Amino acid sequence: MDFVIEAQGLKKTFGPFVAVDGISFGVSRGECFGLLGPNGAGKTSTIRMIYGFSPRTAGSLKIFGLGIDEGLRQIKSRIGVCQQENSLDTELTVLQNLEVFASYFDIEPSSARRRAEDLLKFIALEQRRDAPVIELSGGLMRRLMLARALINNPQLLILDEPTTGLDPQSRHQIWNRLEELRAGGLTILLTTHYMEEASRLCDRLIIMDHGRILVEGKPVDLVRQYAGRDVIEVSEPTDRLRSFISSKGLPHDDLGHRLIIYCDNRDQIYGEISSQYCQEGCILRMATLEDVFLKLTGRELRE
Amino acid sequence: MTRQGPFRISRRFLHVWKRNLTIYRKNWKISFLPPLLEPLFYLLAFGVGLNALVGSIQYRGTEISYIAFIAPALISINIMYNAFFETTYSSFVRMYYQKTFDAMMATPLFVDEIITGEIFWGATKSVIATLIMQGVISLFGLIDYPAGLLIIPLSFLGGMAFAAIGMYFTSIVAQIDIFNLPIFLFITPMFLFSGTFFPLETLPAWAQQLSLLFPLTHLVSLVRALAFGVIEPALALNVLYLIVFTLVFFPWSLVKMQRRLIK
Repeated sequence: MDFVIEAQGLKKTFGPFVAVDGISFGVSRGECFGLLGPNGAGKTSTIRMIYGFSPRTAGSLKIFGLGIDEGLRQIKSRIGVCQQENSLDTELTVLQNLEVFASYFDIEPSSARRRAEDLLKFIALEQRRDAPVIELSGGLMRRLMLARALINNPQLLILDEPTTGLDPQSRHQIWNRLEELRAGGLTILLTTHYMEEASRLCDRLIIMDHGRILVEGKPVDLVRQYAGRDVIEVSEPTDRLRSFISSKGLPHDDLGHRLIIYCDNRDQIYGEISSQYCQEGCILRMATLEDVFLKLTGRELRE
Repeated sequence: MTRQGPFRISRRFLHVWKRNLTIYRKNWKISFLPPLLEPLFYLLAFGVGLNALVGSIQYRGTEISYIAFIAPALISINIMYNAFFETTYSSFVRMYYQKTFDAMMATPLFVDEIITGEIFWGATKSVIATLIMQGVISLFGLIDYPAGLLIIPLSFLGGMAFAAIGMYFTSIVAQIDIFNLPIFLFITPMFLFSGTFFPLETLPAWAQQLSLLFPLTHLVSLVRALAFGVIEPALALNVLYLIVFTLVFFPWSLVKMQRRLIK
């Protein structure tokens, strides 16, 4: 296999706290790979080890087939990173931001300019190339962060929650761009809280919690395996409904005021429940990655 | 010390230096004003105001005007301020609020190169400020040339010393307000007791000894000597002190910054 990232027993501890607890995974060339998990699951710690920001506590890590310790400079020059927090040079213009960042990669000014202008077209920001960054909206800054991460023509793009805090329009803009990059064969590693984002972009993903991998697979397979095909949600379920569910042996989550039933033969069961057991509201919908995520990581609040 | 391996510094630190220069050039009109106006204010206040009270002062056996005495000190203080404030407040803002260092660390740059670039930039600001201020002061005929030209390379050395210790403080403060402490305990005493506004000889012997620990004392001695066209072997000791000071705090700040930033 042609792995871009190979992690074996990767571990990261901060004093007594274990952030990443010996995880192993591989990302192949051209794949979009997702790291999902609640806050504090170890996602950011994992990717920080991958782009050389933090040293690992134990385990082995190879990027582009190079050991992270020996090949760090070379690895760093071949990856693009879009961090969670915007870190643009707000005093500079849009174009200058890209040019200055290009210099960190030892890119010649003339080719940096060409690359920057191509990228501004790519993120549809060429009209604002001379605008100071401080005047940009949150969505535009995020697009510029993405463009900046691509300035060195990376062979691996690492995105840490690329669309957190964006409005739906901006989010879809980013997704479209990422889909184009993926179609162009770029390997992408992505962390996100948005299950819709993960389902749409990721070829394969892992769900982490407490520093460990819970499951790994393709989004559709995980949904099929852990949540079934359909979900019935019932508000204010009655005890009659609860005993009906148990008698049928249907997998479900009882949240008190809400009952979530996972099922495959939708029409028959939904017909029965909605006509005989529903007093408030009852909906039938497709199972999603969010159902899988909540089922595996629980519903209690984090941090 | 949990440092991983040796210092990793290549000429790439210049990219960091250049980034700061690019931003400086955006605001140069504002950045130029303090070193341009400050000596004028001081020379006006002390020259016209205090000069009448103080009269003349003894320097190396000759009578000089008070204004000629403090002019080199103003240049020295300016060197200290420009480098120190750059690698304290400005570097802290880049590190903590703007996440500039985080962004740089995701590129081929290493922490050592980022911090080296910041320290060299701090020293560069001292040089720029010196060029402007020295120009203004020279108009009053207060600097002897060609010896006075040596103040320019000296401003870089002095800038390195103050930038390095500034970066050291940046590596240990938890939040930006805490810089008040090194300013109150270190910068202000230096500002007053480094032979700046009165000759060190007027202090008691123990205080004179103590003031020799201040890098500013050595910088003032050097700038003042050059401003009066004096070049003598004894000055080498002042230069040596500034070099040693830099050689202690520069690597130390790299070690501490590495520990702060790499998690």
